[in-house]
Order: sequence, then structure tokens, then C-alpha cells
Amino acid sequence: MQAREHFRRAVCETPFHARTSALNQLNLWHRWRDHSVADAYFDVGMEYNAIRNSCAVFDLSPMTKHLITGPDALAYMNRLVTRDVAKIKPGRVGYCLWCDDAGQVVDDGTIFHLREGVYRLCSQERQLDWLLCSALGFDVKVVEETNEVAGLAVQGPTSCAVLKRFGLAGIETMTPFGLRTYPFENTELMVSRTGYTGDLGYELWINPDQALRLWDRLFTSGHDHGIRAIGTLALEMSRVEAGFIQAGVDFLPADRAVRVDRTRSPFELDLGRLVDFGKPNFTGRRALWAEKQRGSRYRLVRLDVEGNKPAKDAYIYDPQRKNIGVVTSSMWSPAAKASIALASVQMPWGKSGEELFAEIFYQKELKWNRFMARCRVIDTAFYDPARRRLTPAPDL
Amino acid sequence: MTERLPVVIIGAGHNGLVCAAYLARAGRRVLVLEAGTRIGGAAITREFALGYKVSAVAHLLHLLDPTIARELALAGHGLSYAKTALRTVALSMQGEPLIISGSEILGNGISAADRSAFGLYHARMQKFSRFIARQHGRVPPRLAFSSWRDALPAAALGVDLRRLGKRGMREFLRVATMNIYDVLEDTFENPLLKGALALDGVLGAKLGPRSGNTVYGALYRNSGSLDGQGGVLALPRGGMGAVSDALASAARAAGVEIRCGSTVSQVIVKDGRATGVRLKQGTDIGAECVVSNADPRTTLLQLLGARHLEAEFARRVQHLRIAGNAAKLHLALRAEPEFRGVRPDQLGERLLIAPDMAYVESAFNPAKYGEFSAQPVFEITLPSLHDPSLAPAGQHVLSAIVQYAPYDLKGGWARCKSAFLSAIMAVLEQYAPGIGGLVLHTELLTPEDLEQQFHMAGGHWHHGELALDQFMMLRPVPGAAQYAMPVDGLYLCGAGCHPGGGVMGSAGRNAARVILGKR
Amino acid sequence: MKRHDVIVIGAGHNGLANAAFLAKSGLKVLVLEANPYIGGATVSRELYPHWTYSNCSYVCGLLRPEIYRSLELARHGLQIVPYGGGVTFTRDGDILGGYLDKEVKRREIARHSPRDADAYMRYSRDVMRQCRLIRTLLMRTPPDPSSLKWRDIREMIHLGGEFAKLGEAGIHDTMRFYMLSIADYLNEYFESDLVKATFAGSGIIGTALGVQSPGTAYVLLHHYMGDVDGQMGAWGFARGGMGAVSKALAAALQAHGGEIKVGAGVERVLVRRGRACGVALANGDEHRAHVIVSNVDPKRTFLKLFDASDLQPEVLRLARNFKIRGSSGKLNIALDGLPDFPALGAGNPLISGDMHFLDSLERYERAYDDWKNGTWSKDPYLDLLIPSVTDPSMAPPGKHMMSVFVQYVPPLVHGREWTDADREAFKQTVFDQIARYSPNFRSLVLHAEVRTPRELEAEVGLTEGNIFQGELTFDQLFFNRPFPGYAQYRGPVRGLYMCGSGTHPGGGVMAAPGANAAREILHDLRRESTVPEGWSDD
Repeated sequence: MQAREHFRRAVCETPFHARTSALNQLNLWHRWRDHSVADAYFDVGMEYNAIRNSCAVFDLSPMTKHLITGPDALAYMNRLVTRDVAKIKPGRVGYCLWCDDAGQVVDDGTIFHLREGVYRLCSQERQLDWLLCSALGFDVKVVEETNEVAGLAVQGPTSCAVLKRFGLAGIETMTPFGLRTYPFENTELMVSRTGYTGDLGYELWINPDQALRLWDRLFTSGHDHGIRAIGTLALEMSRVEAGFIQAGVDFLPADRAVRVDRTRSPFELDLGRLVDFGKPNFTGRRALWAEKQRGSRYRLVRLDVEGNKPAKDAYIYDPQRKNIGVVTSSMWSPAAKASIALASVQMPWGKSGEELFAEIFYQKELKWNRFMARCRVIDTAFYDPARRRLTPAPDL
Repeated sequence: MTERLPVVIIGAGHNGLVCAAYLARAGRRVLVLEAGTRIGGAAITREFALGYKVSAVAHLLHLLDPTIARELALAGHGLSYAKTALRTVALSMQGEPLIISGSEILGNGISAADRSAFGLYHARMQKFSRFIARQHGRVPPRLAFSSWRDALPAAALGVDLRRLGKRGMREFLRVATMNIYDVLEDTFENPLLKGALALDGVLGAKLGPRSGNTVYGALYRNSGSLDGQGGVLALPRGGMGAVSDALASAARAAGVEIRCGSTVSQVIVKDGRATGVRLKQGTDIGAECVVSNADPRTTLLQLLGARHLEAEFARRVQHLRIAGNAAKLHLALRAEPEFRGVRPDQLGERLLIAPDMAYVESAFNPAKYGEFSAQPVFEITLPSLHDPSLAPAGQHVLSAIVQYAPYDLKGGWARCKSAFLSAIMAVLEQYAPGIGGLVLHTELLTPEDLEQQFHMAGGHWHHGELALDQFMMLRPVPGAAQYAMPVDGLYLCGAGCHPGGGVMGSAGRNAARVILGKR
Repeated sequence: MKRHDVIVIGAGHNGLANAAFLAKSGLKVLVLEANPYIGGATVSRELYPHWTYSNCSYVCGLLRPEIYRSLELARHGLQIVPYGGGVTFTRDGDILGGYLDKEVKRREIARHSPRDADAYMRYSRDVMRQCRLIRTLLMRTPPDPSSLKWRDIREMIHLGGEFAKLGEAGIHDTMRFYMLSIADYLNEYFESDLVKATFAGSGIIGTALGVQSPGTAYVLLHHYMGDVDGQMGAWGFARGGMGAVSKALAAALQAHGGEIKVGAGVERVLVRRGRACGVALANGDEHRAHVIVSNVDPKRTFLKLFDASDLQPEVLRLARNFKIRGSSGKLNIALDGLPDFPALGAGNPLISGDMHFLDSLERYERAYDDWKNGTWSKDPYLDLLIPSVTDPSMAPPGKHMMSVFVQYVPPLVHGREWTDADREAFKQTVFDQIARYSPNFRSLVLHAEVRTPRELEAEVGLTEGNIFQGELTFDQLFFNRPFPGYAQYRGPVRGLYMCGSGTHPGGGVMAAPGANAAREILHDLRRESTVPEGWSDD
């Protein structure tokens, strides 16, 4: 097929498609940009429980990946993102944000420091234009490699055990945000202790040619540890429980914003800890410094919502019933047994422990009800199991 | 007590010197570092052949801010004029040229309609030029206001606009973005007149008469004034270098130190602040603040480095339209040349080869494709007629701006320069038969030469296209139009800032005011 | 002699929309049309048996949905069908397909430049920002910045508010956007010449400017600011050809009691004691009304329909200087079947989209140079569509209708009138351009209508055959359109109004000028407005 014939298939398949499609009993698919990924395979609740109870496998191949190399790679990365990349040593991964000149968040992602001076940046949105624009004046090479690296998230309490059984010797000694490579079928398997579930978990990265072998061996290894393929719906539940934000949901990427007042700064996403004014110049620095002096406009808060109704798209009110914000993500958390929500509220609202109200609409058997639910601002994740951080990782 | 660090100014061009003089007069210690062996930048008199001197880049003085001349007492520092109120002589192949002198046009074959139309046109353009000139002396307004004080400059602009009167304002808002071709076609009949006036709109720009923005170009060019007269052209005695010499003298008198042969290779940044400069020789010089008279791209991307800027800002700087299209021709002539139909007493005026607008437009066409004009347009002066010091007795120098000569020429200037020179001489020969035989020495400076010899990125003598997408609060780029750069302690003071090119000095003066905290 | 409240000169889409809103207010309205059919440049004609020719305007994306809904055009039979994407053919046999699906489109751009595929997002965002700003102005009357009237000041404040919403950086971007050439604008986003060439077309359609001429970035906006069902920048066909738009507008007018008279060319606007009071027809009839509205272009209105002594010299000067240049032509071709475009590949959905054949900015600019030199482009820009692929009512089953917009085409050839030989040579130039990419095209041609600016002027009355009733440059936009001081739809003579594309917001089958003029007329008559306000996009 000539290259230009690509239009005949609007959506591409990930390197794991042969397996994921065989397992997808519901035939529920979701379009993750260029690729089909499963929304759910057999039952969202059961899939969610695999994350919190055993071992869940999620196909994250469509994740955008860029490889950054060259003599100025570190200097470049440090100008790009708001945190100090010099502190991410080779073999480590770091969560980061990058901003536009106005200090508004363009995207969040993870930096994989593969080898001295070689970085992989994983992000939700495509960023080649922004990354190349930022490369002006730096001796670096930036290449998009989304389709050159297949990825699986392996998450849950038994994930370490599965990978051990798989043959990854010493995997339990890897600390969170660690990164290692293992030989696999004449190629290299990269494993990072990272994830989007807020649980013990790993991400596996491999050449797409070996993707199916990886899948098969992984599922064989995990057979006795409750391994399950999960879709985006279950993953979404765990990430809200963990209090992680998502581009396009909890904030609008600044480089996509048509309406300029809709974007958020790192401080406004409660990620001020990722802004390091002590390091060299970075994009957004001046604006963020000014914001720090002047104060922010918004705050992203975690809300513990009274009752058992999810506060979907709810307006948030202050005790005087003035509208001060809106819920960006919400759900009933099976782990916390609470209705939880992430919300963006106007400053100075949203201090820890503050009581606010969410206007919830819900229906039972087509009868719609509205009620003002009390919400409490909490400053920890809704669900944060100790195993997530333990090293050596628990081997259940 | 440690001595206060100097303000370091990179480049002793006329704007750098003006800025230096004002800062020193306000009590600052000022050190000007010039890469060349002499001061002046692009306002310089240079011996291009033994015994023959010309103003090497800018060759006519028409924009020098009279406030600066007065405040810095340039006359007292030796600035005088060999000739003022130069008239414009539009050369014709057919015979008698047309002469523009102030608000009058002289010459045969000009209709009464054109004569009266010219008076009105001249008056209207003068009025609009004065409006533009009023903005030159001001720091461009910010467009986002956090207090009413911030809004004052923008309000002042609005008031000036209103002062044009209802009709004037309406007409200004109509023609400001227009192309000069349409305006001239609507106003005049005589092709020679239209050609000559059109040239004012396109000189130095990558624009043809039919391109929008050219009315602005013409207004800008005529926005200077001398002795209260608007749009006056003058030749300084001793060439353009004399202006720089006077400025340097004024600056030194105020206590400025000027060091030539000191090439700045880098602006030193510490903790997000420009703290000094590094010289090519390796020495560092600490500075209270650093002011660059170099063009914005060189300053920000080369001397400072994009890494000290933020990404979007750096992209804007990278996209500056800064490629030059004008070349400079210098001829040493063994005798006075003869131009068709030009009387000897008219030879010392400003001579134009732009016989009609179609000719100018056709000259422009190749530039769009990276080719030089096969039939270029010229602005010619013979300064030695007024200033014998420039050439040996009885001999002369000819200085001409010739365009279009695109910076990024297809095939490269190294290979094509001689072909361009032949094309130039062929056209010149048509208008001045026999001139080729008088030539003793020739110098042709292409934009590439201008870039190399005068440190102007793109070889653009305005340090960037003078067009409405790069003017006022957009010059050089939004966010840096108020002379202060987004790195603390770094300022621009050159033609790349508002108001732009031409030997005017306003950018230097405005920058000094910002540095001194005056608005 | 007959009396009406309002006489509208010209039954173009703006004249009809204007009349319909006035009739809706209860006024007695008469529309006079010189041609034996209505629509002006918004027509469907059967020039070859069983084929429908949208022989002037050919696509519909700008028609304001507020007007559509307010005049119940759907009830009056109008149906807009969106069509699919666009494609640029390259000389080396490849394509750049603007597929409807945004991921497929991205992959397609990435095939030519991965960076540009991402930069396209930034480009879309920035153009969309400009669209949002301008869309708030479409259904409003421009303020006169030189006026101190409360209405103007209020409108200036509103405008300032809209600008302020953009933030300082946004204002700067907007100022630059209005001043830049489309080539320079695209250079700030893209590296691939093919990608730039693909987007450049919208910057020059209908405009006597080249891609390197400052001001053409705005023209691009003019083609992007429409929408079909909220899909901003989308274009569609009026089912049954563009005449369906005028037919629906006429039906709306008639439903409100308005009258239309065809074959009634107005020769002169009658002025008494400084007030327009009626019109005289070519056949000698006279019609009287308090309000005369001209849908005719400004140049023709003031220089042909008025006795010069009835106007101030300044108005005559402005009218004479009004820039309304012929720069485009059109071929409408009945085809015996669907032509092959081998580069597309069988079954490619882009066969229903816009097809373009200039793959570099240099080719665009050279095409413009030809026009400057007084001839049609030898390597012309074509916007080629086969509406019958989307709208089965345009041609018999299995047969097709092809609409080819051509640029640049001068109003005069080297300063003289077009001859039959010129027209034939022009046709062959266009045929050659198409045949280069569609080998069997020529063999399918059953009938071809060739329209140069000359035909457009003679038939529709547009001076020089300018499709926008005046160039879309800043000196003729917004408060400068058509002339400074006359941008609020009121003419220089009391009782005279202008409602054509020569007024704000300009050309395209938008109907906003007609609607805005109606609002001003009703304001002057102290009647409640029947004209809808623009819809918010927030």
C-alpha cells in the first residue's frame, strides 16, 4: 500500500491489537488519537479491581513519546520544563510540566533519563512543534518516536510478583520512578516503576516487533497472579482516586486554547512543587514568578463530597452560595468508599479543610434530583496505599 | 565603596551614541564598545578607494530628530551641512527630468491637474508624517493596562489621531495600510512623478509599489524635519560620518568612554539578569545594565542566546523579517558625469531612476523569488559636488542605493555579484551615457556585505523591515517594544526598535529614557 | 407611478435578505431586479439541459446561521450540505489531502512534514482566535472612530472590550495578522512549501493580491470565519445549487408580503431636495419610496445610478477610488462522467472536496505576476469542485457538474477588452491545468461555460467582475467599507442606504450586510429591529 493510501484506515492498531482485540468481549473501543484502545474488556468494575487487588495490564502504546539527544539535552530540558531536570539522574524518571511564556501549562508528562544526556519525554498531547520551537539555540535533536516504542502499564499489588515470575530479576529493589533495562528476545525491555493508577506498578517499553511476545509471556507469568487486561474506563477510575490530573480534562493545554483565559498555571493545578525558581531560565519563569508575588487566580482541589452521588460536572459554591468553580473529574471511589472530585475553584477558596458545596444533578429511574452536597477540601490523595512507595516492593 | 559599574552599550552606531550621551548627561557612567575600528556603525564616512570617500550606508540625512540635535548641541560638536533641502530629480530616458522641490513640482509636461494635486497630496502627507513623527519621540504604548497610568501612552496616541481632525483621521485610517500605487494612481497622471513618489514608499523594503504598507513607508521616510521644515533631505559636511562624530563628541563631552575594536561576543547573564559582556578577546566587563545597539536578532539570539529567553519570545525573534533588499553602489568618477536632461546645477540633487510605477514594480518582482532586479531602481547622490573634501579636486564620488538585491539571493552573492553590478551599470549608462568611462573605482555593497561589514543580521539597514507588522508596539517583537528586554538589565536601543531605521536617534533617546526610568 | 415604503435595487442575496427583514417589520417593500431572474451572483441556472450551474458563487459556508434561522430559510426550502475536505495535487504526482477526519489529516500532513502536522494545531488555534474576534463583529454595524456620537462611542467600547479579552499578546497577534501577507503568516508556522501552498489559497481567492502582498492573511480569515452547524471554517453546498439560497430568501420575503419585480433594471435614483425619493427604470417607469436601498456595488451605485450633481465631489472621489478589481474567472463544466484523478486513488473521499493544483508559494506569486502584467495566469490557481458528487440534484445520475474557480483573471487583457480568442485561450489554459492531473477530463466535457470578469460584470453587474463587491483590504474593511464615514449602511444622500457586499462585513454569501443594513434602516424609521443579534461563541 502506498503511503498516501493511509486514509483508507482512519484509525491505527497498536502493536498489541491482536491480543487486545481477542480479549475484548465487549468490543468497546476508544479512539486515543491515532489508535484504538479498549475502553473495557469484560466488566469495568472487575477491571478496576484488578488494579487495586491483583495485576492490571493497560496498553499505553499511543502515548506520545519524544526522544531528545545532543550535547545540550540537559540544558534544553531544563529550559523546557519547570522543574530542575539536573536532579533526574540517568536511570530515573520524573514527572514534570511545561508552560508557555505566560506561565500557563502546555502539558504534563514524564521525563525518562535513559542514559547520560538522553531523554525520552512522554506526554498526553503531541508536542513536536512546541519541542522544536523550544530547541532554537540548543544543540539538540528532537524526534517523535510514538510509534517506535510500544508500552504496557502493569499495575496492581501483584505486579511486582508477575514481573519477577516473568524473569525480571531484582525488580523488587527498584524504587519508585526508577528505570531499568532487561534483555528480552534479542532486544531490550525497558521497565520503569511508574504509572497512572496511584498503586504499585510498572510500565514496560519495548520495540513494537516484540510486543506480542511480551504480552504473551507477561500473561503466562501473571496467570496465577490474577493478571487482567484493562481498558481506559478502569484506568480513569484509578487515576482520579490517585488525584492525578489529565490534560484536556482537568486543564486545557495552553497551546490549544482558543479562549486565552481558560488555561491554568502550575500553581493553579496544585503543582507548584514542580516549579523551581532556583534553576536556570525556563519558559514561563517570569510570568510564574510574577504570579507567585501577586497570587494565583485558581486552585485545583480534591474534594470529599458528602453522600454517594458522583459530583459530575458540578458547580462549586461557597457557603454564601456564590459560584466559585467547577468539578473537572469526579467519581464514586470504590477504594475510599466516598464520592470524590477534582475541582478548579477561584482563589482564595479551596484551603485545606474548607467546606464548600457542589451542586449535584443525578437521576434515579429517569427522575432527576438536584442537591447541594457539602464538600471538604482534602490535601491527600483519596487513595494512597503504602505499597505504592515501598521498596523492596511487596511481593504478593 | 566600590565604583558604580558602567552602563555598557554594545555598538557605537548613531543610536548607541545618542543613548550613551543621554545616559551620561543623566549622571550614569557609560562605556560604549564598538567592534569596528571606528565609531558610527551604518552612519559612517568611509574611504572606499584611495582619496574617495562616501557615506558608506545611509547617505542622506532626513530623519535626524531635531530635539536630539538641539539637546545634544550637535552643531556645537561640529555638525554642519554641505547642502540642505535637496530637491528630488526624477530622471527620464525621454528627456527632461521632473523636479520635486518641497510642495512644488517643476519641469515640462506636467499637467495643471498634477500640479494642483501635488500641493494637496504633499500637504496631506506632511500632516500624516507629522502625526507619525510625534510618535517617534515616545516609547510605544502598552496595550494591557493595570492602571490608568499605563493607559496614558495609548490615550495620547488616540488624542494625536483625533488632532488630525475628522476628515484627516478618516483619511489616515483609510490610507495608512494602503499601497502607494493605488494612492498615486488615484491622484496623479504623470508616470515619472508617480514613479518617483512610489520609490519613497519602497526604498529599503521588500515591497513593490503595489504592496500594502507602502504608504506607511513613504510617510515614515518623510517624517523627519530640519529647521522646522518637514521631509527635508540634507548632506552633512564630511558625509554621514560627521553626524556620528558630532554625536561621539557630544557623548564624550558628557563623560562617555568609547572603545573601538572591542567586539562583544556574549552578554553575560547571571541569575536571570544581564550583568556584563564578554569580549571576543576573552575579557569580561561588568555592567549596571547592558544596552545593545546591534539588531534585535543578533542581540537576542547571538549575543544573549535563545536559552536565556522564553520559547515563544525566541520564536518571535527568529521570525523577524530582517532580510535586506537594498544594495549600495559607490563610484569614483574622474569627472562630473552627465545625466540625460539634467543641468549641471541640478546634478547635486537627489537623482532617482524610477521612471514609472510599473518599472518599480517590475524591479521588485524578481526579489520575491530571490533574484536581483535586472532593471534596478536607484537613489543617487553626488555628494562631492557639495563637499569637495570627499574626492580629489575635479573628481567625484557617486553614492547610490540600488534595489532590489535580496539578501538570500538564489545562487549566492559570491557568484552573482558581478552580474548584478553589470545590470546596474547598464541601467546607469542609459541614464548617464558615458558614465562607465568615467569610473575609476567601484564598490558594490550587497546585503551580504552590509551584514558582514556592519554587523547587521540580514544586511537590513533598518535592522528589520519597516512595515506595519513590525512597527510601534510590534517593533521589534511584541513584548520587547519598550526597549527593555525580557531579561532584566538588557535593553535595545537601535533601529530594530521603535521608531526604526534612518539616521534619527530617537530609538537611542527613547531607550535612554526607559533606562533612566522616565516615560 | 407606484409607492412603496422601501425599494431595494438588486435581488442579490443581500438585497433579498435586507428586503425580507424590512418586510418582516411590516414595511411595504419592492425589490427591483434587472435580470429576468433573481439572485445576482447567487444563482442556479440550467445552461445545459438537466445540469444545474451555480455559475457564480458556488459554495456556501459564510451564510450567517442567525439569518438562516430568523428568516426560516429551512422552511423556505434551503438545505446546506457540508462537503468533504480538500486536496492539493503536486507536480510529482503526490497529494496533500485535507481529510475531514482530523487524525487522518494530521497523518497526511506528517507524511510531508512531521513538524508541520503538529504546527497545524497551533495554526488552527491562532486562526480560530481571529475567527472568534471577527465573528462578534459580523452582525454589528461598524463604529465611526472619528465620531463622538454615543452610539459610535458605545460600539468602540464594545470593540475595545472584545480586543481586551484577547490579552496584550492576543492584541499584538491580531494587529500582525491584519498586516501580514499570507506567505509571511504561514512561514511562522510551517516549513513545507506544499503545506503552505495548501493553506495559501484562501488568502487570495477573489482578491487582486498575491500571496506575498501584505493584507492577505486577513483574506484567509474571510474564508475561515463561516461555519456549517457549528463546525467553524467548514463549507457546504446549497442543495440544488446556490440559487436555492436566493430562492429561499425570496420566499421568506414574499411570505412577509414583499414584492419582487424582475426585468426591472434601475437606471437612476431620483433625488429631490437632497433626499432619495424613488427610482427610474430603464423602461421609463418610476417607483417612489421613502427609503431606497442599493444592493449594487458602491462604484456602480454612485457613479452610474446617480446624477453626479446630486452627490458631493468627495463622495464621487471616494467612489472613483474604490478598489473593486476583477481578479477571478470561472468555468462551469457539464461532464459525461466522473473524471479520474489518478493521484487520489479510487474511492478517495476527497473527490467531493476542493481540489487545488498549486504546490508552492512561488507558483501562486507568479500567477499573480501574470495578472499584474495584464493577462490571465498561465499556471492558474483553481478551486475545483464536483458538487454533483455530494448533491445528486446537480446533474443526471452518473453525470457530473464541475465548478472551476480560476484565479488570476484580469478585467481587461493588456488593457483592452476580452476577445473571443482570449476566452478560448483562457479556457484552454484552465483545461490544460486540469488535464495535467486528470487525463480523461477533456474527453468527458459536454459543455463548458467560460466566465471572465467581463461576463460577471455584464451579467451580474459587479464592477470589473469583482466577486466581493470591493477588495477586502483594510482600507476597505470595517469602518472603511465602502468609504470612511459611510460604513454604517447610510448613503451620502438622505433616504439612501447600501446593503451589498461592498459594505461591512463584505463579500461571500453571508447575507450579513443585508441584515445589518435592515437594522439601521429600521433604527432610522424608529421601528423595532427584526434583525437577529449575533450568537455568542462562549
